Formats: sequence, C-alpha cells, structure tokens
Amino acid sequence: MRRKVQFMIVQMEGNDMKILVPVKRVIDYNVKPRVKSDGSGVDLANVKMSMNPFDEISVEEAIRLKEAGKAEEIVAVSVGPQKAQETLRTALAMGADRAILVNTDEEVEPLGVAKILAKIVEEEAPQLVICGKQAIDDDSNQTGQMLAALLGWGQGTFANTVELDGNSVDVKREIDGGLQTVKLNLPAVVTTDLRLNEPRYASLPNIMKAKKKPMDEKTVADYGVDITPRLTTTNVSEPPVRQAGEKVADVDALVEKLKAVGAI
Amino acid sequence: MKTLIWVEHDNASMKDATLAVVTAAAKLGEVHALVAGSGCASVADQVAKVDGIATVHVADDAALANGLAENVAPLVAGLMDSHDAFLAPATTTGKNIAPRVAALLDVMQISDILSVESADTFTRPIYAGNAIATVKTSDSKLVITVRGTAFDKAATEGGSASIEAVGGASDAGTSAFVSEEIAKSERPELTSAKTIVSGGRALGSSEKFEEVITPLADKLGAAIGASRAAVDAGYVPNDYQVGQTGKIVAPEVYMAIGISGAIQHLAGMKDSKVIVAINKDEDAPIFQVADIGLVADLFDAVPELTSKV
Ligand SMILES: Cc1cc2nc3c(=O)[nH]c(=O)nc-3n(C[C@H](O)[C@H](O)[C@H](O)COP(=O)(O)OP(=O)(O)OC[C@H]3O[C@@H](n4cnc5c(N)ncnc54)[C@H](O)[C@@H]3O)c2cc1C
Ligand SMILES: Cc1cc2nc3c(=O)[nH]c(=O)nc-3n(C[C@H](O)[C@H](O)[C@H](O)COP(=O)(O)OP(=O)(O)OC[C@H]3O[C@@H](n4cnc5c(N)ncnc54)[C@H](O)[C@@H]3O)c2cc1C
Repeated sequence: MRRKVQFMIVQMEGNDMKILVPVKRVIDYNVKPRVKSDGSGVDLANVKMSMNPFDEISVEEAIRLKEAGKAEEIVAVSVGPQKAQETLRTALAMGADRAILVNTDEEVEPLGVAKILAKIVEEEAPQLVICGKQAIDDDSNQTGQMLAALLGWGQGTFANTVELDGNSVDVKREIDGGLQTVKLNLPAVVTTDLRLNEPRYASLPNIMKAKKKPMDEKTVADYGVDITPRLTTTNVSEPPVRQAGEKVADVDALVEKLKAVGAI
Repeated sequence: MKTLIWVEHDNASMKDATLAVVTAAAKLGEVHALVAGSGCASVADQVAKVDGIATVHVADDAALANGLAENVAPLVAGLMDSHDAFLAPATTTGKNIAPRVAALLDVMQISDILSVESADTFTRPIYAGNAIATVKTSDSKLVITVRGTAFDKAATEGGSASIEAVGGASDAGTSAFVSEEIAKSERPELTSAKTIVSGGRALGSSEKFEEVITPLADKLGAAIGASRAAVDAGYVPNDYQVGQTGKIVAPEVYMAIGISGAIQHLAGMKDSKVIVAINKDEDAPIFQVADIGLVADLFDAVPELTSKV
C-alpha cells in the first residue's frame, strides 16, 4: 500500500530522473605513491585502494537528490579491473541502487572512458551524469567534459552547489576568481568539487544490504567502442626531492633569515 | 607546426596565465592566438603586442561572452582544421574547455604539461606531483593544458601580430550563464604573486584568519592562500585553496602558517623558491620541505613577525 502511494507521488511529479555516477578505483589518498625504480610507473602492488574522493562526493550528491525526492534511481558505473567491484559495492552501500562494472585490465584513457560512458548513457537514458572533477591518480580532469562533448550535453564542471529544477539544473561552479553559476538544460553532465557536500560513511547494515544489490558485469566489447590508447607513457620518474632547510630559534632569527634570502 | 592558444581574459584585459602558454606553444611552432569573447577588441590589441605571436584571431559574439564551453568548444574545433595544436592554461577556464575540444576532435588531451620534450612528447605530473610521467601521443592533432608555473612568461611588449576576425560562433542552446561572484581585491593574484602567506586549519575561524594572516600579507604585499581544511571550514573563499585540487603556485616566498603539509597541499606549492613554515608541532611534515622553519605558536609568532618586517 505504502509503496503504491509513493509511486503515485513520484508519478505526479513526473519524476523519472535517473542519475548515472561513474566511480573510479584509485590509490587511497592517504598513501604516498612510490615510483618504480625501472621507470615503468607507480607501484600499486599491495597498496590500499579506495573510491576516488571526488566520486564519493558524486555518489553523495546523487543520494541527497534522491532523498529530496528529486531523483528516482542511482546507477553507479566503473570501468576497470575485477577489483573495481569493491568500489561499486561502496557506492551501493552508500545508497546507489545498482551498479555496472565494465571489466577491463587494459589502460583506459579519459577519452576511452567517456566513449564507454556515452554508450551506457544511450542504454540507460539518465537525465544527469555526476562525475568527479578529477581522479587523484592520473589527475587528468577530462572525463566529464569529454562525455558532455560526445553527447552534445551541457556541462557544469567543478560544482559547489547543484540545484535540480524541472527541466534544468543550476550549477554553482568553483572557478579561479570565485564562483560562477550556469543553468544547464537536462540531460546534463556535472563534475563535483570538494565543497559540494561531505560524503557519508556506509553503515554496517547498508554494507550488508549492498551485497544483494544488482551488479551487471560487462566487457568493453559489449559496447563496441575503440579504446585503443592514444598516449604512451614512456617513463615515470620521481620529481626532484626538496631538502629540509633549517629551523630557527625565534622570530628575530626568522626575520634575519628572511632578509638573508631577500624575502623581505 | 601551427599552434592555436587560448587567451584567458575577462573581455577587458588579458590574464597573465596566457603568457606561459605562449612560451610553451612557441616550443612547438608558430603561435596563433584565439580571443573568444564579447566586446573583447581591447584584449586582442593587448595580445597582438605579446612577443612571439603571429596572428590574433578574434571571435566576438554574444554567445562567447562568458566562455561557456558548450559554445566555445565547437568554434575551437572548427579552427583546428587549420592548426595542429591547441594549448590552454591549466586554469579552471582551460580545464573546462580543452577536454571538450579534445573529444570533439577525437583526440586525447595531455593535461597540465611541465615541459615540451619534442613535437609529440611531454612531461606531466601524476599522483599529486609525486610522479612525473613522460607521455608520447599518437594523435594527429594535439590538445594540451599548460601548467603556468612550469614555463616562463612571454614578454607583453615587442610583438606586432596581425588581428583577424573569425566568425562561426553560435549558441549551442544547452547552457546559459546566470551569475558570477568574483571577489575584487587589491592583492596580487595567487598564481602570479611573488610572495604568498597561507593559513591552515590552525587559524580556527575566519575572524582569526583575518586578524593574524591578513596584516602580515598586507605588510609583505603578498597574496593570501589557504589549505583545503581552512577553505572547507569557511575561513576563506574556495579560490584561496592551494594544492593538488586547488591552485598550483610557485612564488619566490611561500609562508605556510598552521598548515601540516599533507601531500595534497605540498602538490600545489613545493616548487616555490623559498618555503617558510610556522607550526607548533616540530614533527609536522611541512618542515621536511621548508627552507626556513619556526616551531612556535602562530598566534604569538605571526603578530610578532608582522611587527618586525
Ligand atoms: C587497470 C588499469 C591500469 C592503468 N594503468 C595506468 C598506468 O600505469 N599509467 C597511466 O598513465 N594510466 C593508467 N591507466 C589509465 C588511467 O587510469 C586513465 O587515464 C584513467 O582511467 C582516466 O584518467 P583520470 O582518472 O585521471 O580521469 P579524470 O578525467 O581525472 O577522471 C574524472 C572522473 O571521471 C570518472 N572516471 C574516470 N575514470 C573512470 C573509470 N575508469 N570508471 C568510471 N569512471 C571513471 C570519475 O567520475 C572521475 O572522478 C590504467 C587504467 C586501468 C583501468
Ligand atoms: C581529494 C582530496 C583533495 C585534496 N586537495 C587538497 C588541496 O588541494 N589542498 C590542500 O591544502 N589540501 C587538500 N586536501 C586535504 C589534505 O589532505 C589535508 O587534509 C589538508 O591540507 C590539511 O589542512 P591543514 O594543514 O590546514 O590542517 P591540519 O592537517 O589539521 O594541520 C594543522 C596544523 O596546524 C598546526 N597548529 C595547530 N595549532 C597551531 C598553533 N596555534 N600554532 C602553530 N601551528 C599550529 C598543527 O600542528 C598542524 O600541523 C585534499 C584531500 C583530499 C581527500
């Protein structure tokens, strides 16, 4: 009975808002990355991996929109290795409804990820895609913008505030000089910045429940897109290390030092 | 190679961030500039004087007034028929537009380059600058964003580029500008300041931040920065954030006050020439990169320092 009533309200508001949230499995932000001595990359063996922090913010925003009655279904997607299942389970435990894993052990560049996501958008027809503004491993800051371009949709990058309203979304963006608000027609792509919200932790009961939520497994071939990398990483090296200088005893000594280096 | 650079501006004047892009583009070939805006003729005049630019293309159209990526990207993609590389600064404007251009051209963008090794090979930071990757592209057109602190600024005088109008801009009809809140300040901009005074969580409130950090910055003619913790707590606006996911700075002098030195913060300031740290914890990681450290309570030390400089 109760279900029915809820369904009716949803119907009355004409709410068929589905949100797609792409999430990436990355090195945990607390881990200091170590460059492999042969220059082939960063050593990820036995390193703690987590959901990209910006993607936690995306999931949280989608859940808040759902809790506010402005969205009906949240679908989390990850392109990555089998282990990315864990990341998707985290999204489900936070409150996403179902998940899609596009399983690949290949390197997928932002352009490739965007092409796969564009295909998923075709199938799922979400009204909103919420990406993180950047993944903290590759720091590319590209995927959301590329997806918007491929779909011909509006893009609200670096979101500080998101307000859904009928057929449009107002996005307040964090820009270099301050804040900018844009209005996007739906469907649209939003990318999240740090101040959008504070993501919740999944509770134990919700972690248990998440195990039963549906997770589709796909392969890149299912989408028929060419994701051959365009870039080759020929070397990964450590940046020059900065040496610690000296500690001074008091403010007078600090002033002397500042003068000596010409800082004041 | 014929390059096209994105000129960052506010329809009245060119932003400094453009100048490092000119230098990076010149390493690839001939430099052509695009001024896309509305009523932006004076910007084009400034850009024409910048040393090293061959042509300034001006697209003056109401649809370009606020730099909406949806309207700008197709224009740039069209101009790429006659250019080989598009370069933009790694500012919030460049990061918003360039990937959209790249996707329209079906090429992979190379983000935040630190150096040009050859016509197809670049270095860029990954993992918050804890690793530097050398990447080689196989795409026929290049789309690149440039880290401002990694390249010298081109001279703003000495050039005499021709100015040409370009048409073809239109409103994609998917987005609209609503409003902007841009803080007006007499202070130098964070990304071009010679000295930066940054405060962290330790400041405790916006009142204390203003009371302790601002007078020192005033005395030094410095820009003010902050850690993410200080921004999240609302002590200062978001555009003050220095770090991996904020602004990348490399001033002559960077003072980190009550900032612990998390890797995400270090990513944004560790290329500063002289780093000064004031922190009451002698084991704070910031001291591992500081040239000059003072272990002290900032609420005593900073006012004293302000009175003595
Ligand atoms: C198994 C594997 C190994 C790799 N090894 C390397 C390597 O050694 N060196 C290297 O340079 N690159 C490697 N890559 C590729 C690199 O991770 C890609 O460049 C990356 O997927 C996209 O860059 P980014 O995450 O910085 O994108 P950004 O554009 O910064 O990401 C922004 C947002 O896009 C979304 N997003 C991005 N990627 C995904 C995804 N995979 N699934 C779902 N959503 C996503 C998220 O919402 C994210 O917050 C590897 C990829 C895989 C899958
Ligand atoms: C995805 C992601 C992105 C991030 N991006 C950024 C970023 O771009 N920039 C950034 O800065 N951070 C970023 N962070 C956050 C970063 O991890 C740290 O949490 C943050 O930098 C800490 O800020 P803080 O140093 O001000 O605070 P804390 O780490 O709490 O340090 C406060 C310091 O003040 C000292 N202190 C306290 N009281 C006094 C006193 N009276 N006198 C002197 N010293 C005192 C303490 O000893 C301590 O060292 C990011 C985090 C994530 C997860």
